[in-house]
Amino acid sequence: MLSFLIRRVFYALIMLVVVSFVSFIIISLPPGDYMTQRIRELESMGDKSAETRLEQYRIRYGLEKPFLTQYWLWISNFVQGDFGLSFEYEQPVATLLKQRLPLSVTLAVTTTVFTWAMAIPIGVFSAVKQYSLGDQIFTTLSFIGVGIPSFLMALVVLYIAIVKLDQDVIGLFSRNFQDAPWSLAKVWDLLKHMWVPALIGAITGTSGTIRIMRGNLLDTLGQPFIEAARARGLKNRTVIWRHAVRMAINPLIVILGTETFPAILAGNILVEVVLSLPTMGPLYIRALLTQDMFTAGTVLVLITLMVMIGALVADLALAWVDPRIRLD
Amino acid sequence: MSEENRQPLVKVQDLHVEFDVRDGIVHAVDGASFTIYRGQTLGIIGESGCGKSITAKAIMKMVPKPGIMRGEITFFEKTSQNDGEATEEVRIDRLHPDSQRIRKIRGGNIGMIFQEPMSSLTPVFSAGFHIIEAAKLHRFVPVNTIGDTMTRNIKDKRGVTDDEAREIAVDMLRRVGLPNPESRVDSFPHQLSGGQRQRVMIAIALSAHPDLLIADEPTTALDVSIEAQILDLMRELQDTADMAIMFITHNLGVIAEIADEIVVMYMGKEVERANTIDLFENPQHPYTKSLLGSIPQIGEKRSELETIEGMVPSPFDLPQGCVFHPRCSEYMPGKCDKVYPEYDEVIEGHWVRCLLYDGCRPDTQEAQVIKESV
Repeated sequence: MLSFLIRRVFYALIMLVVVSFVSFIIISLPPGDYMTQRIRELESMGDKSAETRLEQYRIRYGLEKPFLTQYWLWISNFVQGDFGLSFEYEQPVATLLKQRLPLSVTLAVTTTVFTWAMAIPIGVFSAVKQYSLGDQIFTTLSFIGVGIPSFLMALVVLYIAIVKLDQDVIGLFSRNFQDAPWSLAKVWDLLKHMWVPALIGAITGTSGTIRIMRGNLLDTLGQPFIEAARARGLKNRTVIWRHAVRMAINPLIVILGTETFPAILAGNILVEVVLSLPTMGPLYIRALLTQDMFTAGTVLVLITLMVMIGALVADLALAWVDPRIRLD
Repeated sequence: MSEENRQPLVKVQDLHVEFDVRDGIVHAVDGASFTIYRGQTLGIIGESGCGKSITAKAIMKMVPKPGIMRGEITFFEKTSQNDGEATEEVRIDRLHPDSQRIRKIRGGNIGMIFQEPMSSLTPVFSAGFHIIEAAKLHRFVPVNTIGDTMTRNIKDKRGVTDDEAREIAVDMLRRVGLPNPESRVDSFPHQLSGGQRQRVMIAIALSAHPDLLIADEPTTALDVSIEAQILDLMRELQDTADMAIMFITHNLGVIAEIADEIVVMYMGKEVERANTIDLFENPQHPYTKSLLGSIPQIGEKRSELETIEGMVPSPFDLPQGCVFHPRCSEYMPGKCDKVYPEYDEVIEGHWVRCLLYDGCRPDTQEAQVIKESV
């Protein structure tokens, strides 16, 4: 067990180094850098002094140095918790993360809770009452849910909320709470905004999860141990929840680990962009578009970290619920 | 046990189980009637798909979807009252499949062990968990009532506690011959061999002291030496527990070894019933004769093994008349393919369904014609 953990952490470290290096290369692949783009932008607006001003920035951020030196500077500071400066916001990346990460985590947790609270009961119902009217309805709805892109759903919700219901659902806060200090009223305001992206994320997530839950449970219900459990005199409900669902839920644990953890940082980026949420997704997209390389690199490395933490958590959880799995 | 004072335990009358599937209706069980008596071992034998297992599941009221069940299944439950013992007749066919009544019978009065010991235990639960689960449902201990005559008469009983259930689990595992039951009780199914798992299944079924144990091909998936061990175990436990066994198999050797009485089934119908020795010594139905004829004998000089002609008919397209006639060596054209034989006791205690016997010919006009022409 301990050796398993040590080995996994060791692999994770190697992986992080490789991913950070490769992502750094990819981010700097397009010709020019953030400054070149910025200069072009400013010059088109008629600002003649831009070039010299931004040249100073370039020196300040070390952009004139060779590639490997840049990478080394960034990664060695990264380890110490200094993720570099964001060109675009002219703030340390760490500060940006501090603002946005808690909101992203809250959104991801809300979405996950919504998803599971809906998907598991519906999936179980659909499997137990296979081919019933209810199953058919849920199956149709879940196919629609899988089929509709989430950003489109976000647009539709936006349209209905703003045009038809005259509700302010953009972002996560109303204007008057935007910069206000935290208070109960602000939390309430957050919840009033949060349900929209959480619901959209949950609908997309639920639809897929229902299908997985239903399929797994149908497989499990056909197993001999279900019949044996019933022949022992157990209640149908006990047979389903204690014996069948308990077995059928294993793949969902893997999904919870490997998909939900990285989804904290890059879950439903398009939905977040459409609803212009102050979360990690839009920050990441923006950084990639503008070659804000330290921001983009940091988010990418953190996503990788999340993937690996998620996989590790999934493995440990799976070993905990299923005695057949041994970690060594 | 003599014929007269046998006490019926489960009586199956004119049982039909049908499955309405895409290609038509399958009559998995087509008018089976038999009685299992207390303490007896009844063997049910027949080839794959002849309705053996479905009959067993019908007795447990566990016919899988989309099966439809007709006919009567009566369970004779012994109830202890103040003035001795009485028998209550429970109509299993009328019970709701998830009702409390059937769940008490299922696993309590009737235990069942299955064909696939490898996958009949829930993989994430220990052997002990399964037995404890059964014991907590079906085992009751008298509540101590020292000095209180009123409650003593009522015979108050309570369910077992967790600790008692665990003790029962260890004890049952010891009785089914699992080595180191104290530690094995916490073993998970994947840590046990096939034979050991079947022993655990038997322990689960017997933990409730059932009146009837339904064994649905319990040794089919096991190798021969383990099979012998399991059969010995079942016989031994039956002697100590006064329990009837309904033993379902397609293995003639196994059934000869364990059963007192045998029912032969073909395409959802019983074709012959007799006690074991009679059936093997003096088979009456051509199907039984062919089955027995197809057992290879050691030291026999025969180049080819005898087989039964033809194939099992499609369940969607059953032959007219006697369902066995296309494969029968004693097929009588014009009779067997037209008249459906009835079930009759041709010799005392020996029932047959075949037109070779007078009693099996139905008293219809058509049958009369046949009788005259014979």
